[in-house]
Amino acid sequence: MESGNLELQYFLSGITKGSIYAVVAIGFNLIYSATGVLNFAQGEFVMLGGMVAVTLARFVPLPVALAGAVAIVALVGCLLEILFFRRLQRHSILHLVIITIGLSIVLQEIALHLWDEKVRSLPYFTGNEISSLKFFGAAISPQVFWVLATVAVTVVLLHIFLKYTLPGRAMRAGSSNPSAAMLAGINIANMRTLAFGLSAAIGALAGCVISPITMTHYEMGAPLAIKGFAAAILGGLGNPMAAVLGGLMVGVLEAYSVSRLPAAYSDVTVFAVLLLVLFARPHGFWGRPGGESVREH
Amino acid sequence: MKPRLKPGLSFTLLAAALIVVPWILRWADMEYCLTQLTMSLYYAIVVLGLCLVMGYAGQVSLGHGAFFAIGGYTSAVLTTCDVSKWQTAAWLGWIKQSPFCMAREDLFGNPILTLSPWVAFFAAMALAFVVANLIGYPALRLRGHYLAMATLGFGMIVNKVILGTAFTGAADGINGVPEWNLGLGLTVSGKRALRIENYFIASGLLLLLLVLLHNLVRSRVGRALQAIHDRETAANAMGINTALYKLKAFVLSALMAAMAGVFLTHYTAGIGPSEAGALKSVRYVALAAAGGMSSLWGVTGMSTLLNYMSLRGLFGSYDNAVFGLLLIGIVSLAPEGPLKPLARLLRRFVGACRPPNAVGPDAARPDNGPARRASDQTQCLFP
Amino acid sequence: MALLEIDNVRHSFGGLVAIDRVSFEVAPGQIKSVIGPNGAGKTTLFNIVCGLLRPESGSIRFGDRSITGFKPYQIARAGVSRTFQNPSLFLQMNVLENVMVGRHCRTRWEFLGCGVRWPGQPKEEAAIREAAQTQLEYVGLAHLAECPAGALAFGERRMVELARALATEPQLLLLDEPGSGLNTREKADLGRMIRRVRERGVTILLVEHDMTLVMDLSDAILVLHNGARIAEGTPSEIQNDDKVVRVYLGGEMNHVAAS
Ligand SMILES: Nc1ncnc2c1ncn2[C@@H]1O[C@H](COP(=O)(O)OP(=O)(O)O)[C@@H](O)[C@H]1O
Ligand SMILES: [Mg+2]
Repeated sequence: MESGNLELQYFLSGITKGSIYAVVAIGFNLIYSATGVLNFAQGEFVMLGGMVAVTLARFVPLPVALAGAVAIVALVGCLLEILFFRRLQRHSILHLVIITIGLSIVLQEIALHLWDEKVRSLPYFTGNEISSLKFFGAAISPQVFWVLATVAVTVVLLHIFLKYTLPGRAMRAGSSNPSAAMLAGINIANMRTLAFGLSAAIGALAGCVISPITMTHYEMGAPLAIKGFAAAILGGLGNPMAAVLGGLMVGVLEAYSVSRLPAAYSDVTVFAVLLLVLFARPHGFWGRPGGESVREH
Repeated sequence: MKPRLKPGLSFTLLAAALIVVPWILRWADMEYCLTQLTMSLYYAIVVLGLCLVMGYAGQVSLGHGAFFAIGGYTSAVLTTCDVSKWQTAAWLGWIKQSPFCMAREDLFGNPILTLSPWVAFFAAMALAFVVANLIGYPALRLRGHYLAMATLGFGMIVNKVILGTAFTGAADGINGVPEWNLGLGLTVSGKRALRIENYFIASGLLLLLLVLLHNLVRSRVGRALQAIHDRETAANAMGINTALYKLKAFVLSALMAAMAGVFLTHYTAGIGPSEAGALKSVRYVALAAAGGMSSLWGVTGMSTLLNYMSLRGLFGSYDNAVFGLLLIGIVSLAPEGPLKPLARLLRRFVGACRPPNAVGPDAARPDNGPARRASDQTQCLFP
Repeated sequence: MALLEIDNVRHSFGGLVAIDRVSFEVAPGQIKSVIGPNGAGKTTLFNIVCGLLRPESGSIRFGDRSITGFKPYQIARAGVSRTFQNPSLFLQMNVLENVMVGRHCRTRWEFLGCGVRWPGQPKEEAAIREAAQTQLEYVGLAHLAECPAGALAFGERRMVELARALATEPQLLLLDEPGSGLNTREKADLGRMIRRVRERGVTILLVEHDMTLVMDLSDAILVLHNGARIAEGTPSEIQNDDKVVRVYLGGEMNHVAAS
């Protein structure tokens, strides 16, 4: 194979992984915008989405299983918000983050005991493991296109939702200016629930579409959460579209360093670049410096 | 004034409690528990260090597992790497005869010559010091979630480098780390015969560091750190070199983590790459939060207790689930740690037994308790 | 010679010029006021003087040296202290500890010495406590020493902040709207307090909206508008300055002049 095609292949595999990171990063962002909290259980939503879909797919047709998985996980997300975060008004952000860490551990353990430690996967949506499409000389699994298309559609829909609908705009205002949001007659608590549900749903969808490629496993959440966190920070918190770019960057960087360095060092490249970016730009590429400046009124 | 135990007295009580534990365990025929207890005491040192950075200076670090590993691995590599096969330059020959080196047998009985554990200890501390400064200097300018990510990324890098490097044993880690003769007849070692002695070494070290931090947080330095946590701009304007103080607190706690790493590596005669993993670092932070973050006693106690339960495998395959549930429960019900609510309860109980004659500023103006405090923290920790 | 000399200082936030080439001097022992409508740049000016913001151009001299570009802690050590427009107490500490933080720049024991309680450190600690207690008594809040800072009333917070600032032994004290949010009686107390502080030899730079207080206390007044200096002079000169009256003072000024 010529090297040009190989490059393309790496690039596409980077984009595929990156789009999953992007989805996790978007999830982080939605909840961050609404509550100021980083939800470490975000990776668990992806895992749960895959697991539930795999189970449902044994009884119902695949599309129904996917829809069911997304709905169930979204419900779980809403429930978590209602059960925990709604009650904990007087806790610091750090405490809430720690609680999400606890939730992530518990969700993972529940998955382990509901299912087991076996690796599962959904069938390929179209074709199978060996079918591939030729794309400028690179061999690409059709599932890759499913992933990319799903993520792209999700991102566009989300963008429209956040930008042009009232609940979307309200959700973004939730944490940046709670009192103003309250004055505008927005029910902040419901916005938070919506944010949790929405990011759980998006995470679950991502968990379904990548399941055929990367498999689904009860421990897959934490590494995804870390990469998604990196992506969100790289892009800059508070901006879901920056998170998409951050995710793609992390994915491509990872794919290229896998191709050139010993496997163990691929993450080293990603995090080293992340650190350098942060040291040069303390709020990521597109984040807004907010919070404690010397501003006083 | 609140009725409060004098610090000197409470430390004496703690020391006494630590001393009687082995006798109780021996009496209950459960001496084997001492091993895990000793290990959890070492882990508590890491969490205690975090308590200074997070609870006092208000800076999150998700990279303390890396410092633990830097300490442990440095000392493991230096005390297992055979220097006798090296080319004999003149200065090397001198080193080989000096007390810096130690002749012993490896796991298979072959004679080897390695650096002495004391040399390795100082090398480990020096390395941790340098790394903590290099990473802390730029990272501590970041805030909130960005700082958390930077430290987490640093931990991931250390973890992956350890996993990908041959002389750190890659995925297997390092075994055959020798005992460490501290002098004064004390030896850090996992031998059964030395179990009680090692328990005392660990608790002595923990107690020492606890006293040290206790003094520190009740001094001008501790107030300065807390001021940084509360309102960094005001702290700055009042003459505190905030950047330097944050860095110093970070480095100090990194050194504590590295020290725990060195001791534990000698105690368990080895170390593995999971010590540097992100999950370990996150766990330390979680333990600090469960202990109340800025309560030295609560953090020490909670981390020892929870780690001990995990290490003993008290809950079998439900261990992680129990840890997660406890974490959620404690942090949501008692965000300031379990000690303050307990103390309040005790005080109320004592107060009920005494005639109500306390007319101090406390009685006149009760602060509205955790509600106010926790919400104040919100603004400061993650602006 | 002037104690504080601001020369051509400029600062902007993005496109907004908050301080536009302002120059002025504060003589030792003076009470000088800076007035101007909201958003005129008074707080920004204070932030520049105490080092929290770095001026884009221009220079600042304090005493006999330049402090341009110094870090806030260096400026505090040099003898400039301040209070904030929104009282910025350390809410996790009690009142006495808040004031003790003010002693930070006049004391020296560091991490190691404090950790091991090196001989001399406990003594310094006791001295810090005593000095802070003295400052609290000075502002009349000694009885609240053990009270959590978060439980104080607004006016008390302002006083504790003043005590904290005084604890740094400043030569120059910057007070940012110390009277806002106080009732009439508290304002009168504040006026007396500011005079007493000046009598201790502390030079004072004051931002205040209450014109009665300003005209009563000030030796000199600087008027800012949209970041620029529009007038400077004694209270009576300012009261009769057409430009000032037109731009800012209006009716309020006549009221003061009449009373
Ligand atoms: N941190 C900041 N970022 C952006 N703009 C600021 C900041 N601080 C102040 N400003 C702006 O600078 C101008 C001057 O503000 P300020 O100095 O607070 O005025 P004053 O104290 O006289 O009311 C205002 O227009 C204000 O909005
Ligand atoms: Mg102002």
